[in-house]
Amino acid sequence: MKIHEFQAKELFQKYGVPIPRGKAAFSVEEAKQIGAELGTFPVVVKAQIHAGGRGKGGGVKLAKNAAEVDQYASSILGMTLVTHQTGPEGKVVKKLLVEEGLPIEKELYLSVLPDRGTAKIVFMASEAGGMDIEEVAAKTPDKIIKVYIDPLLGMKGFHANDLAFGLNLTGDMVKQFTSMAAKLYKLCVDCDCSLVEINPLVLTKDGRVIALDGKINFDDNALYRHKDIQEYRDLDEEDPAEVEASKYELNYIKMPGGNIGNMVNGAGLAMATMDLIQQAGAAPANFLDVGGGASAEQVENGFRIILADPTVKGVLINIFGGILRCDRLANGVVEAAKKVGIKIPVVIRMEGTNVEEGRKILSESGLNLITAKDVSDAAQKIAAIAKG
Amino acid sequence: MSIWVDRNTRLVVQGITGREGQFHTLNCKNYGTNVVAGVTPGKGGQSVEGIPVYNTVAKAVKETGANAAMVFVPPPFCADAILESIDAGLPLIVAITEGIPVMDMLKVKNYLKLSNSRLIGPNCPGIITPGQCKIGIQPGHIHSPGNVGIVSRSGTLTYEAVHQIQQFGMGQSTVIGIGGDPVNGTNFIDCLSAFQADPETRAIIMVGEIGGSAEEEAADFIKKNVTKPVIGFIAGLTAPPGRRMGHAGAIISGSSGTAQGKIKAMREAGITVVENLGEMGAIAKDAFASALSSKTMK
Repeated sequence: MKIHEFQAKELFQKYGVPIPRGKAAFSVEEAKQIGAELGTFPVVVKAQIHAGGRGKGGGVKLAKNAAEVDQYASSILGMTLVTHQTGPEGKVVKKLLVEEGLPIEKELYLSVLPDRGTAKIVFMASEAGGMDIEEVAAKTPDKIIKVYIDPLLGMKGFHANDLAFGLNLTGDMVKQFTSMAAKLYKLCVDCDCSLVEINPLVLTKDGRVIALDGKINFDDNALYRHKDIQEYRDLDEEDPAEVEASKYELNYIKMPGGNIGNMVNGAGLAMATMDLIQQAGAAPANFLDVGGGASAEQVENGFRIILADPTVKGVLINIFGGILRCDRLANGVVEAAKKVGIKIPVVIRMEGTNVEEGRKILSESGLNLITAKDVSDAAQKIAAIAKG
Repeated sequence: MSIWVDRNTRLVVQGITGREGQFHTLNCKNYGTNVVAGVTPGKGGQSVEGIPVYNTVAKAVKETGANAAMVFVPPPFCADAILESIDAGLPLIVAITEGIPVMDMLKVKNYLKLSNSRLIGPNCPGIITPGQCKIGIQPGHIHSPGNVGIVSRSGTLTYEAVHQIQQFGMGQSTVIGIGGDPVNGTNFIDCLSAFQADPETRAIIMVGEIGGSAEEEAADFIKKNVTKPVIGFIAGLTAPPGRRMGHAGAIISGSSGTAQGKIKAMREAGITVVENLGEMGAIAKDAFASALSSKTMK
């Protein structure tokens, strides 16, 4: 799960990580009021969307006076912000963060996350702050410091020192930084974060170390033990069809520009089926894994969500029955088709447990369902639909 | 021969009294797996279809001589269950459960390194040596004994691979699902290394997907260490970056973990890559023809 910068900063504050003074605003009036309360200029007005690259897209402005706060808040709120992470369709800005501008001496990069390769918690830090860290890693990997921490041991003083001296910090900055790093480690582990990133982490002219930006992602599998973090979920940032699917515990992802819907059991087979649709000369309209133990109700809702997408010209159902028996799936599809009504061609490929019973149910249903004998046959039938 | 599980495997099931645990335990037993015990804390003394249930793994091992565990415990308690089996000294632990938090798995993985246990999974279909032993949720009947070793991050995609090679008369030595989580126990390299050493395995299919760099590392390992023919498949060519594609580990981060990158690495290592899923069986037949052609082929 992703959250907004202002929410990440709330968590920073809770864990004692220094942040600029500021508050979230949901209207221009609120933004002006917060600007006035800060009692200082410049004031930074920042668009709050779940994507990076906001500055380059025109979503972050520095206001030198109250009139400019008004002007920038008005122009940013409601704008469609396009960044390298939003896709060409962009995202509408519905929230702002208004905070004090700081006298910046130097910008650094700092992140902490679980590293899947080593199974450690890794800190990454760099003196090349404020830039795209992937680019820094690709062009100048020696500018990135990595410190790996065994989760059974936890973070020790020397880990923080490795980072601080690696960043060429001196004097009191070392103390401030090491204290902050320990708090970030605790935040990452306590809250089951999959990423905590501060870019930039700034050193100010008056000698402070402050998180100027903040990004936190959470491990979805651990949300059950963090009711408070679940509150941070922002449905405005999600596709409505995906929100609908999540109600039925369906793994559904909308693919912009697709024309062939698909329903599959198992994530790997679902991805491979999307690839197959593309190789057949069509474009997958979605990813949908109904899982190993899908109920008839889930199959029905999945079907309904796929068919509600007006760009879908045909549907491919690809099921390898293991735990999910083919007869149960066939019943679900037939029920769903009767209830929802299908006006576009549906190709079904089934294999595995109880496949004969499943095929019988489909053929006796009286519905216009196209049966494919194997994966290649299904691909050819989908290709024909996409062309026609 | 085969790898890690065979007729001598004596299985204890953690979470045997749950609905899923009970259902799949019986499927494994009916397949021929020697299920000797179950564990559910608080239900010691009961039995499930004649299988004795114990309160702790240590007790089950002591009483029955179990040498492998299958874990069906729900996500909030699953890491604890795996750690219990590690402490009980079980050489093989197969965790089926999907949805274990990454932070829990980090601890399990680091503790595992200090032990002699092997963990397969979590979030996996399990391991099967056809005709001998099935630990997991796979449909046993689609398999048959033979000489192709299969290792995969996906469940149903593994069944697809098994099914397709069956159509061309190729059976399997051992089939392992290593699971779709970002942090897992046994990885591709562990399986490839065991397949290379196993005389019964003459050819290998490796099924990967987007996310992480396990396939790239495996490709490098194959280039240096594996002399048996390998074919590969990678799911997720059309997956958008930054989205979790069903499996917790199936996510492209920035420009790393793409299917294109993995396919490139596999090709460079001399692995035959299947591009179109429908062609896996036919490609395996050609690529494995000489390796499988000798007199003892099944």
